[in-house]
Amino acid sequence: MFYYVDVSGADLQSDSFEELAMPLFDQLYNFAHWLTQNREEAEDLVQETYAKALKGFSSFQLGTNFRAWMYRILRNTFLTSRTGLKATMTVPLEPEEDGPELAVERDTPETILFERANRELLQSAIDELPVYFREILLLCEVEEMSYQEISETLSVPIGTVMSRLSRARKTLRDRLRPQVQAGAGTAAMAKGTNHGL
Amino acid sequence: MVCESWKAKLDTYLDGEVPEKEMRTFDAHVRNCPSCSADALTRVQMKRAIQVAGKRFTPSAEFRKRMQQSMAPKRQRSFRLGWMLAAAAVVILAVGTFTSSYLGTRSGRDQVFSEIADLHVATLASSSPVDVISTDRHTVKPWFQGKIPFAFNLPELQNSEFSLLGGRMTYLEQTPGAHLVYDVRKHHISVFVFQERSLPARLDENSLSPKKLPFNMETWSQGGLRYFVIGDASAADIDSLAKLFKVAL
Repeated sequence: MFYYVDVSGADLQSDSFEELAMPLFDQLYNFAHWLTQNREEAEDLVQETYAKALKGFSSFQLGTNFRAWMYRILRNTFLTSRTGLKATMTVPLEPEEDGPELAVERDTPETILFERANRELLQSAIDELPVYFREILLLCEVEEMSYQEISETLSVPIGTVMSRLSRARKTLRDRLRPQVQAGAGTAAMAKGTNHGL
Repeated sequence: MVCESWKAKLDTYLDGEVPEKEMRTFDAHVRNCPSCSADALTRVQMKRAIQVAGKRFTPSAEFRKRMQQSMAPKRQRSFRLGWMLAAAAVVILAVGTFTSSYLGTRSGRDQVFSEIADLHVATLASSSPVDVISTDRHTVKPWFQGKIPFAFNLPELQNSEFSLLGGRMTYLEQTPGAHLVYDVRKHHISVFVFQERSLPARLDENSLSPKKLPFNMETWSQGGLRYFVIGDASAADIDSLAKLFKVAL
């Protein structure tokens, strides 16, 4: 769902802020929790985001993307928090402008994953991703943001969005593989069969 | 492999970010290529899996209530305090108007003094500080006729330590005026004369120069004209010259 909001000057009141911002509450909280990996910190982050957004609502540029604006505030607030600084101590070593990854193989983690419907395994793998991969993956897949929106939210060019997203997906797949293989081995042993991956 | 170029863009295609024209070609290819369609299927499954797994956290009812309350009181308060705020606004407006008017006047006055100082310095630094070179007031005064929209008197300098070096036309904020240069014990003193009503800032009667100026200065209004006497001479010399002008007939 795209959320382009064209707000006229007269509407820039706290009431209209509430009308625009509160529908994003659940998804912002979800995103905040993924970033902070802690309930209390997520609540603090959301609260601070709303306070900052309300304060800066008059400077919100008309005709721009309100959702991306809110996510950008949340993310920037997170990045300057103690948890955020700690989480971003590791930076991507690979160049940002790498092209998209090529094909996935047969018997991939995703097919096996789905066969097992192991949501927790996936959640734990996403949790372990570096924050710059975790956030872009969530913005794309969970928030269903367009590349343009992600670009606005993260303040990076669209080319970077594409390459970082590609590397995030590859990293996730690579991290899932051994877990899935271990799980498959255990299941196979339990069944007394040995279907290799 | 021929499919590699397609597969390189497969994620972009599945994200719906491929241009529309290319999208149709992509659709056709994926439908007819078993390898790409299988690949696309696994990627779509992964996307869906992440989407489901990603919607993991929901805010607690308590937090939601807290957030809603943090916004709600603003509306109630704004209604209850409406009159108080309106009254406060009137007071603030009145104070603000007075303050800005006062500050505006003060800032305009300071600006005039600064410009006068600049004119004085610029003239002394010039290789031709005066356009009419004469020690005779009867030569200098007529020189201004037709050049500035007013007439003024120059003092008689006999029995004083001051000597007239000459004069030039000057402008202060696009207002024409007379600039006279005097000498006293090798110190140069400028005297500026403008029409009071033409000046951009209202200057108090006999208002003193701001302390931050590096010169001594005196200003006053007389007969609709505003006089400025400025120089690095002593305050007593500045005052003496000012007095000579005040009694000039």
